[in-house]
Amino acid sequence: MGFEVLLKGNNMVRLLAGLAVSLRISLVSVAISIVLGVILGILMALKNPIITVISRVYLEIVRIMPQMVLLFLVYFGTTKAMGINLEAETAAVIVFSFWGTAEMADLVRGALLNIPAIQYESSISLGLNKLQTYRYVIVPQIIRRMIPLSINLITRMIKTTSLVMMIGIVEVLKVGQQIIEANRKASPGAAFGVFLIIFLLYFIACWPISMLSRYLEKRWEN
Amino acid sequence: MEEILKVNNVCKRYEDITVFENMNLTVKKGEVVVIVGPSGCGKSTFLRCLNALEDIQDGEILLDGEKVDAASKNIGSIREKAGMVFQSYDLFPHLTVLQNLMLAPVKVKKRDKKEVEAEALTLLERVGLLTKKDSFPRQLSGGQKQRVAIVRALIMHPEILLLDEITAALDPEMVREVLDVVLSLAKEGRTMIIVTHEMQFARAVADRMVFIDNGRIVEEGNPEEFFDNPKTDRLKQFLQTFSY
Repeated sequence: MGFEVLLKGNNMVRLLAGLAVSLRISLVSVAISIVLGVILGILMALKNPIITVISRVYLEIVRIMPQMVLLFLVYFGTTKAMGINLEAETAAVIVFSFWGTAEMADLVRGALLNIPAIQYESSISLGLNKLQTYRYVIVPQIIRRMIPLSINLITRMIKTTSLVMMIGIVEVLKVGQQIIEANRKASPGAAFGVFLIIFLLYFIACWPISMLSRYLEKRWEN
Repeated sequence: MEEILKVNNVCKRYEDITVFENMNLTVKKGEVVVIVGPSGCGKSTFLRCLNALEDIQDGEILLDGEKVDAASKNIGSIREKAGMVFQSYDLFPHLTVLQNLMLAPVKVKKRDKKEVEAEALTLLERVGLLTKKDSFPRQLSGGQKQRVAIVRALIMHPEILLLDEITAALDPEMVREVLDVVLSLAKEGRTMIIVTHEMQFARAVADRMVFIDNGRIVEEGNPEEFFDNPKTDRLKQFLQTFSY
């Protein structure tokens, strides 16, 4: 079945290191996306016509453009056209943050506009000032709405990192391919075992995160 | 008696629509004023102007001698003097009942946590909700939520309570438990302005009735006169819509 190749040399360690690359790219991207997304989301909720148009176009681009095309554009395109020599991992983080920021911003905007006006009004009626209203009443509610959704975004990003091997990053899937290639003669059936293990690795990485999101969603539902 | 609230010639306009104009109302300490009127007559808007949730275009509102103006620096401390309870959904959903009650006294008035908690528990017991202190608003019925909202306003020690149709969104069987609380507050001498559609309750609780129609005060008076012997045709018509 091909599991034996995993025990050869440090193959299993290499796979785990590959998984670490995937996790690193997605976690860094999510962190950037949350910061930029919150800022953009707040700007979008202000309903300024210029910001609305720009953000609409941005969101639409992210929605339509396949991530792979974006990866190629940023990694290969910038090198040729602008002479910028980006590290592959930097390019990947840029693309994933570009995508994540759009999603986060949309979530933040939605959450902000979904807070009923009465929440602001009853808060200021109690004598809280604007800052206190946001700090104790509005922001905690937004965070509760957003955390499950942004955790969900992390799992989707981890899954999508399998694309980054196309720009030469050696992540878990690429390591798998290398192991299979190297053992083509000795264990021709290695593909099944190796990919099954990779499947399990993705599962182990994503499942707890997905459970956490479901748990928080349940705990905080209003 | 001491005047808590004085409304002088107040007008509210949205661009070319006048919601009400030349509103005059004086409320003395301990007085319960009930405002009734058809939907859209401006009574809720009027109540919201009293703690500057809505701005006014003309006239002035004095609350405990201070001018109510959303732009003024101490608007926070003026709003503390007017405890407001809304139609519904105004509890903070992410906080427990006790946290809902303690937020403003602790953060705004900087009162001692222990002392506020003790007061909150006493008030909760009074409205029959002591067992719900650690519940979240979503776990409460509509009537329970409104009782908590009343306590949340009370714990700020307001000079006046503004109740804006607080039973309008409730199931009929829950109206009573909320109105009983309001009635007991009236008996202990709280100053209140109440906007409501519950006519029997209005009669029971009011020291003075005010009827607003088309953006002006059409008739006012003591509840007996108001309900049994209305002077204006408009009020007669309005009261008839409540009897079959």
